[in-house]
Amino acid sequence: MSELARESSMQRPHEAPTQRAVPAQVRPYRPRVSRFWWLRRRSYLLFVLRELSSVFVAWFVVYLLLLVDAVYQGPDPYRRFLEWSGRPWVLVLNMVALAFVLLHAITWFNLAPKAMVLRMQGRRVPARLVAAAHFAAWGVASGVVAWIVLGGL
Amino acid sequence: MPDTITLQVARYRPDTDAAPTMQEYVVPLRQEWAVLDGLNYIKDQLDGTLSFRWSCRMGICGSCGMTVDGDPALTCGTFLADYAPGPVRVEPLANFPVIRDLVVGIDDFMRKLPKVKPWLVREDEPGVADVEFLQTPPQLDEYQQYSMCINCMLCYAACPVYAIEPDFLGPAAIALAQRYNLDSRDQGAHQRMDVLATAEGVWACTYVGECTSACPKGVDPAGAIQRYKLTAATRTLRSFLPRGER
Ligand code: SF4
Ligand code: FES
Repeated sequence: MSELARESSMQRPHEAPTQRAVPAQVRPYRPRVSRFWWLRRRSYLLFVLRELSSVFVAWFVVYLLLLVDAVYQGPDPYRRFLEWSGRPWVLVLNMVALAFVLLHAITWFNLAPKAMVLRMQGRRVPARLVAAAHFAAWGVASGVVAWIVLGGL
Repeated sequence: MPDTITLQVARYRPDTDAAPTMQEYVVPLRQEWAVLDGLNYIKDQLDGTLSFRWSCRMGICGSCGMTVDGDPALTCGTFLADYAPGPVRVEPLANFPVIRDLVVGIDDFMRKLPKVKPWLVREDEPGVADVEFLQTPPQLDEYQQYSMCINCMLCYAACPVYAIEPDFLGPAAIALAQRYNLDSRDQGAHQRMDVLATAEGVWACTYVGECTSACPKGVDPAGAIQRYKLTAATRTLRSFLPRGER
């Protein structure tokens, strides 16, 4: 039997009873994944934080819906909503959420050139340019929103 | 530069050990010596029982991958002098079962690899024996980077998703699928899609990006995966369009 074939037959623990020829202790050692694997590297930590950021993105959606609902209900509920939004814990929560959403957005736009391979006149558009275009579009969109919110309209 | 360096080498003897232990060896430190040279010195001069894989000593065969001071690396291309004064920890590649000492089993990858059909799939001709397929340099450019993969498994060792979810197809297998998908001579992209555009395929990847940092051949498997995600997503969206407009 080839070495590879022998290894693979040893790797099926549920078949162990039928494999008397292979003593139990010669099985390959399977390292366990530590529960704190994500602390081992900066990139792993960043990745876990980015995954976590989706919770905060969801929170912002909920917050926006609450705002829309308050506006719909009339001036009084809207004022109550603003008061509630000004409470320290809501402020802190929103600050933290903002930080996570920024992390989410920035890592997302940095990823864009990896996924998009654009060609212009036969040449590949440099990754930086693709990322820069995304950031620029983000900037313009944020600018428009800010202009509307701050009373431009 | 001191003239010796200590290697802390993981030992695992499956017939007697329950788990790996570390063993120290002192080897000569020479400017031109790679970690693999240190291991070969141990094997030849100090302890013939040490097991590890290697073949080409020039970053081509992909068999000498190990964990050097915590990072996945080709030991033939990782130099001892860069770790002076030491000690240097040498362990088997992470995320794989250890067969003995520094030798890991890669059966899992060998099972997954053929699923992505890493060969030229042709649907119009029955055989390719006496057909010539021409290709221009820009067409070669499309996939050449992905064809540099040497199956060294460093990317799997670096990937936390593979560690947690062993069913994940993994970086190299997906990069190799893209190597053929993007080849102008290939017609198998839609066949590979059934394997790639799944929860165990590209969608398992959460873009940690460590596979690309670990890759010694500049393959950029993380890029290959993100690129395929866009392809898969576009295909899905297109499938909602009326037939004529796809
Ligand atoms: S993609 Fe790179 S790291 Fe992964 S197996 Fe191929 S050569 Fe090795
Ligand atoms: S011995 Fe072949 S890649 Fe290192």
